Amino acid sequence: MSTLPFDPLLAAIFAPLAVALAIACGLPKRFSVKLAYVGFGLPLLLALHVWFYYGTAAQTHGYAFLTSYSTGLDSLGIGLKLGLNGISLPLFVLAGIVGFAAGLYAIQSGAERLKIYLMLLLVMQGGLMGVFASVDIFFFYFFHELALIPTFIMVGIWGGRDRNYAAMKLTIYLTLGAMLSLIGLIALYVKSGAHSFDLIELRRVIAAQPLEVTVQHNIFGLLALGFGILVSLWPLHTWAPLGYGAAPSSAAMLHAGVLKKFGLYGLIQIALPLLPAGLIQWSHPLAWLAVVGNVLVIGFVTIAQRDLKQMVGYSSVMHMGYAFLGIAAGSTLGVGGVVLLMVAHGLSVALMFLLTTSVYHRTHTFALDEMGGLAQKAPILSALFVAATFAGIGLPGFANFWGELTIFVALWKFSPLITALAVAGVVISAVYGLRAAARVFFGPATPEFSKIASEHPVSDLRWSERLPALILLAALMFIGFWPKSLSTALDATLSPAPAAQVGAVK
Amino acid sequence: MDISVLQTLASRNLWGAITPEILLGGLALVLLVIELLFPKEHARIVPVATLVGLVTILGGVVFNAPSAYLKQETFNGLLLHSHGGQVMRVFFLLSAIMVCVIARVSLAKQSLPRVEFYHIVLVVTAAMMLLAQSNHLVLFFVALETVTIGLYILVSYYRTSLTLEAGLKYLVMGALSSSLMLFGIVLLYGVAGNPVLPAHTAQSMHYGQLAAFLAANPHNFLASIGIVLVLAGVAFKIGAFPFQIWVPDVYQGAPTPVTAFLAVSSKAVGFTALLALAGTVFASYAWLVAPVLTFFAATTLLFGNFAALTQHNVKRLIGLSGVSHAGFLLLGVAAVSRAPMAVGAIYFYLFAYLLASFAVFGVMAHLAGANDADQELDHYAGLAKDRPFLALVLALGLGSLAGIPPLVGFMGKLFIFIAAFQAGLYGLLAIAVIGVVVSIYYYFGWIKAAFFETWGKSADTPAHPERTSVDFVTGFALSALALAVVVLGFYQGPLGTWLSGR
Repeated sequence: MSTLPFDPLLAAIFAPLAVALAIACGLPKRFSVKLAYVGFGLPLLLALHVWFYYGTAAQTHGYAFLTSYSTGLDSLGIGLKLGLNGISLPLFVLAGIVGFAAGLYAIQSGAERLKIYLMLLLVMQGGLMGVFASVDIFFFYFFHELALIPTFIMVGIWGGRDRNYAAMKLTIYLTLGAMLSLIGLIALYVKSGAHSFDLIELRRVIAAQPLEVTVQHNIFGLLALGFGILVSLWPLHTWAPLGYGAAPSSAAMLHAGVLKKFGLYGLIQIALPLLPAGLIQWSHPLAWLAVVGNVLVIGFVTIAQRDLKQMVGYSSVMHMGYAFLGIAAGSTLGVGGVVLLMVAHGLSVALMFLLTTSVYHRTHTFALDEMGGLAQKAPILSALFVAATFAGIGLPGFANFWGELTIFVALWKFSPLITALAVAGVVISAVYGLRAAARVFFGPATPEFSKIASEHPVSDLRWSERLPALILLAALMFIGFWPKSLSTALDATLSPAPAAQVGAVK
Repeated sequence: MDISVLQTLASRNLWGAITPEILLGGLALVLLVIELLFPKEHARIVPVATLVGLVTILGGVVFNAPSAYLKQETFNGLLLHSHGGQVMRVFFLLSAIMVCVIARVSLAKQSLPRVEFYHIVLVVTAAMMLLAQSNHLVLFFVALETVTIGLYILVSYYRTSLTLEAGLKYLVMGALSSSLMLFGIVLLYGVAGNPVLPAHTAQSMHYGQLAAFLAANPHNFLASIGIVLVLAGVAFKIGAFPFQIWVPDVYQGAPTPVTAFLAVSSKAVGFTALLALAGTVFASYAWLVAPVLTFFAATTLLFGNFAALTQHNVKRLIGLSGVSHAGFLLLGVAAVSRAPMAVGAIYFYLFAYLLASFAVFGVMAHLAGANDADQELDHYAGLAKDRPFLALVLALGLGSLAGIPPLVGFMGKLFIFIAAFQAGLYGLLAIAVIGVVVSIYYYFGWIKAAFFETWGKSADTPAHPERTSVDFVTGFALSALALAVVVLGFYQGPLGTWLSGR
C-alpha cells in the first residue's frame, strides 16, 4: 500500500507545472536548470512509486489511487478525478520515463533561451502526466491540449528547417483532430444521458442503458477520425513526419513518444468499452486503412527516405498501424498488445529521436547519403543506435517484441489475410532500420563526412547524452525481459475484453 | 401636500432598484463639474475619478448581488430584475472599467479633450445596464438608441479622415438598422393591439403581454414580419452576417478603446437583447426564429473566420474575428429553446470574450502610434523580445480567443458546444468546428508575428510606431486579465455556479 502523505498523481502533475511557473517568474538560469531536474525527476519517481505499489493498492471501480477534486463545475459533471487502472498505469510510467529522459537531454542541449525551452517542456510534462492519470474525460482532453500547445511553440521557435510551415501544419491538423474528438466526447456526454464526463459514471450509466446502435456507430466514427488524425492514421498522417522533422529533439521525443498515444489510449479506454457496436461496424475499415496505409504504404515510403530524421518520423507513423490493428482485433490479447506496443514504441522512438540528434551533432547533416563510418569515431553511439534499431524492428529482448507478437496472435483470429500483410511490415522495418544503421555507422567514411569530421572533431557520446539514452534502453529491455511487470495489471483491467465490459450489444 | 403620497413613495422606493445606473449618471455629471473646477493641468484627475467611481459601483453591485428586487418587475413593468440582468450589469461595468484603462493609454497619444470621452462612456454604460434589464420594447428601444448615439460620437472622436469615415459609416448603417427595428416594433405594437385578434392587449410593448399575444396567434403574418425586422436590427448590433458590412471599416477607423467598447459591450448588448427576445418573447414563433438564427449563426461563423484570414491590419482582423465570435454566441442562442444550459453558456462565453478581448486591446493600445488606424501585423515583430510582458498578455488573450485549453475561451466554447449538441444542432456544430480550425490559423499568425518572426534574426525588423511603456494601473489591469484568463480556464469555482444560476 502506498504510504505517501499526499496524492502521488496530483503531485506528479503539478510538480512540473509548479517548476515551470517558478521559472516563468524570473528565476535565474542556474537555479532554473537545477529546479528543472526536480521538475522532470519527481514525476518519474512518483510514477515508479505507483508502479511498485499498484498491485497492493486498494481498488475502487477498477481504479487505484482514486481521488477527486472539485473545480466548481460539479453541476455540469466536470471534476478533476484522478486514478490509474491497468491501461493507464503503463502509460503513466512511460510518461514519467520519457519525460525524464527528454528533460535530461534538453538540459544538456544548450538550446538558445534554455529557460523558456525547459519551461515549455515542463508544461508538456505536467500535461502528459495528467492525460493518463485523468479518469474524467474532460480533463483527459484538457491535459492533452495543455501538452499540445507547447509542442506548437517549440516547433515554431526552436524547430529546424521549414519550422514555420511545420508549426502551422501541425497546429491545424492537430487542432482539427482534437476538435473532432472533443465533439465525439461531448456526444458521449449528451447521448448517454449521464451528463457527466466522469468515466466511471459514464460506464455505470451506459451499462444500465446501452446507447442505440446507430448512435454508437456515429460516435465511434467521429472518435476514430479525430483520434486517428492525432495518431497519424493514414491518409491523415502528413503532419507527422514534417512536424517531427522540424521539431527540436526533446519535443519530438515527448510528442512522438508519449503525447501521440493519447488517441490510441482514448480509443481503448473510452471508445471500446462504451461503444462496442461501433467497433464491430468500424473495425474492418480501420484495420484495412492501418495495414495497407500505415504499415505497407508508409513502410515503403520509409524505405525511400534519404533523410535520417524524416525516416524516424515515418517509421513512427508506420508503427502506429500495428496499434490500430490491435484495436481493431478488440480482444483482451489484442488490446493488451496495443498497450505494450504503445509503451515500447514510446520508449524506442524517443531513443531514436535522441540518438538521431546526437548523430546530427557529429555529422552536421541528416542526409543518409553523406554519412558513413561514424562507428569508428563513436562506438558507443553506434552501439546504442543499433540496439534502438533492433528494438524498433521488434527483436526479442526488447519490449516491442511482446507488443507486436501479441497483436499478431490476436489479429489472426480477426483476419488471417490482414495478419499476413501486417507481418510483412516487420520485414519492411528491418530493411529500412538496418540499412540506415549501416549507412550512418559502418562502411568507409564518405568524402563529405571526412570533411566535416576534419573541421569539427567527432567525439563519442558524452555522459550527459548517454544517461538519458541508457535510461530509455534499460526500460525497453526491462519490459522486454519481464513483460509481466505490466501485463498483470493490464490483464486484470482488460478481462473480459473491453468491448464486452459495459454496454455490450445483447 | 398630502403626507401619505410621500409615505407611499418612500415605502415603495423603486429608484433603489436602479441605484447603479443612477450613480453612473451622477458620476458622469460629476466629471463635468471636475472639468469646470480644476485647472487644465489637473486633467489627469478625470480618468482616475472615473475609474474609482466605476470600481466602487462594481463592488456595490457584486456585493449586493441577491438584490431585494430580484425577479420583480418595477416601474410598471418597464424593468425586470432577472439574474441574467445582474450578471450583465457586472459585465458592462467591468467592460467600462477596461475601456477607461485603455483610453488612458490611447488618449495620451492625442491632443483632444478627455472629459467628454469618459462622460459618454459612463452614460452609454448606464444605458446598456438598463437595456439588459428592460422588460418593455419602448424602454428597450430608448436604451438602445442612447447606446448607439453615444457610440456615434465615440467612433468619430479623433477627427482624422479615417475616423470620420468610420463614424459616418456607423451612423448611416446604425440609422438604417434602428429604423428597421423601429418599424418591426411598430408592426408588433399595431398587431398586438388589434382588437379583432385573440389576446390583444393595450400593453402590447410589455414583454410578458406581447409573449402572451404571440402565443395566442402563432402564425400571424404581420407579427412575423415585425419579428424578423427586430431580429435584423439586433443582428446589426452584434455584427451578424449579412449585417456585418460595417464592422471592419468602423473597427479600423474608431479609436482603439472605442473599438474595444464596440467589440465587447456593444456586442454583448445585442446578445442580451437577443436572449430576452428570441429566448422568451418570441418563443412561440420558434418556427420562424429558429431558422433565422440558424442562418445567422452558420453564415456569421463562416464569413467571420474566412474574412479574417486575409487581414493584415490587426484592428480589422480583430473586428472580423469578433464577427466569428458572434457566430459562436449565435450558436448558443439558437440552442436556447431546447437546451436549458445554453443561457449560462452564453453568459460564460461573453465573460471569457470580455477578458480575452480586453487583454488583446490593452496590448494594441500600447503598440499604436499617433495614427490609431494604422496597426499592422508587422508592427508586432519582435514584441516578445522588446516587451515580454505585453507579448505574454497578447498570447494569452489570443490563445483564449482561439479557444485553446487551459484558457478560459476554451471553456466558453466547450459550454456552447455542449448546449448545441443537446439541442441537436449537428450541422451548425460541424461549421463551428471548421470555424475553430480556421481561426487557429489567423490567431496563430498574430502570435507568430509577435514571437517567432524575429527570434534568431534580430536585424532587419520593419519599422513600427513607438511602443508606449506600461504604467502601474494598466499593468495591474492587464495582469489581472491575464491571470483571470488562465485561472478561469481550469478553476471556475463559485463563478461557474453563479453564472449558470437563474
